[in-house]
Amino acid sequence: MSYAIYLATIFCIYAIAGVSLNLVVGYAGLLSITHAAFFGIGAYATAILATKFGADFFLAVLVGIGITAAISWCAGIIMSRLGGDYYVLGTVSFNYVVINIMVNWDGLTNGPLGIPGIPKPSLFGFSFSSNILFLVLSVLFLAAVYAVSYWITTSSFGRVIKAIREDEEAVRVFGYRTISYKLAIFMISAAMAALAGGLFASFITFIDPTSFNVMESVFMLAIVIVGGFGNIKGSLIGAFLLVLIPELLRFVGFSADIAAYMRQAVYGLALVLFMLYRPKGLIGEYKL
Amino acid sequence: MKGVLEIKNLVKQFGGVRAIDSLTFSIPPASITGIVGPNGSGKSTIVNILTGLLPLDGGVVLVDGDAFKKILPHKVSSHGITRTFQNIRLFEQMTVLDNILVVLTDRNAFQALFERHGAYHLKKAEEFLRRVNLWEKRNELAISLSYGQRKLLEIARALAMTRSATSGQAADIYFFDEPFAGLFPEMAKIVSGILKELRQEKKAVVLIEHDMGIIRELSDRILVLDAGKLIADGNPDDVLGRRDVIEAYLGE
Repeated sequence: MSYAIYLATIFCIYAIAGVSLNLVVGYAGLLSITHAAFFGIGAYATAILATKFGADFFLAVLVGIGITAAISWCAGIIMSRLGGDYYVLGTVSFNYVVINIMVNWDGLTNGPLGIPGIPKPSLFGFSFSSNILFLVLSVLFLAAVYAVSYWITTSSFGRVIKAIREDEEAVRVFGYRTISYKLAIFMISAAMAALAGGLFASFITFIDPTSFNVMESVFMLAIVIVGGFGNIKGSLIGAFLLVLIPELLRFVGFSADIAAYMRQAVYGLALVLFMLYRPKGLIGEYKL
Repeated sequence: MKGVLEIKNLVKQFGGVRAIDSLTFSIPPASITGIVGPNGSGKSTIVNILTGLLPLDGGVVLVDGDAFKKILPHKVSSHGITRTFQNIRLFEQMTVLDNILVVLTDRNAFQALFERHGAYHLKKAEEFLRRVNLWEKRNELAISLSYGQRKLLEIARALAMTRSATSGQAADIYFFDEPFAGLFPEMAKIVSGILKELRQEKKAVVLIEHDMGIIRELSDRILVLDAGKLIADGNPDDVLGRRDVIEAYLGE
């Protein structure tokens, strides 16, 4: 039972990452491979504020979201000067920059040793220390992120970012300052990833840079690709499948170590197969 | 009267090639001005410059008396200018209805977050889609339409564009870049009807077209370009009968 609760919580965290990444990749058409960096900034902000300054989880997450939004705005400004394949390379490079800062800024991040002892959330003296309560909190956060994403994608704003995905130049001619739209969705998405990162840090209680490298960004992208571009429901399905399937490998005789490597192989294989045979993903509305 | 477009000494250089060479002309309202010329003569380049997609290298553009040496694409609609593209550029993986709603709704990113299309937007979209016989196809993806229907949808989108979502004010200057190419006769009839209606509504219409029959039928005035230079400007019968125009166009 506790294993199922653990998996359900991990699903919620990665579903938030997937839904938020879909806003940028599936709706705005910006192929970003840096989501784990924003996830990591949120996680580190929460961990540092909670362990070094004794900040409350909710305050720490809120500050983490603010810091991530500010950093994503700066990154978005620079990235907006890149187009097509260069944009993809730019986002990958940004992920590397963030990882290097996490590894090398020992005084703040504790470097490769990571930060242990991250406390569980508590609110007005009520602690979410048990796994089931943490799951409830994660479900609430996922529901909030899903509702906000639904609100955005069904608004005029959502329609415009889809149009930008289709033909940015044409959208500009019809009166839209497209950079504002792209920056806004990039920031909103990064802020949601930071929320997921904060949850992750508090749930696992230990973080180090390896949880936020480019491979993790690819994993988050795989959630979007498998579930489907431009459909936030798809990201829920993608997260469900990609969190659960590798876990099933444990039950077919693989050891924990081998299962970890197999996990990456499964993501790689899933990506190739989907891009070949179902480029829109399971219930996607858009093809790259 | 709004919709007066003037171009003075317009220059556009692509590397060592002068694509537009000191071009000067004006487009008056309540008229259809045809622009003709052989391929590469600079017809579409002019439209791309005037809608901000290409920077101009010299000269000045005046819209209703306001002079511009730099045209920002996202400001073009607020000057009352709208267009279609030579190669169709729809929002292909969006529905026919959404293609129209995009140009009807709020341009401000923050306000757009709180805006949902309502009965007013739907009514406006219906009006424009019915004008090109595409209302029944409103829930289909633009990419699934036939070539001619996609051309018509692009025309409907250009007509639907407003200067701003709040004003709801239509454009005054319309650029149609080869709108008749590849259309069946009944579709071409719809497009010529639209162009004539715009003229009646006192709009300035610029028509780039290769079909001389259509140009002669619809245009009040014709500009002939050759290698980025204006070689003739006048009424269709005079201009199209000129020997230098025939030579430039047909290479005789």
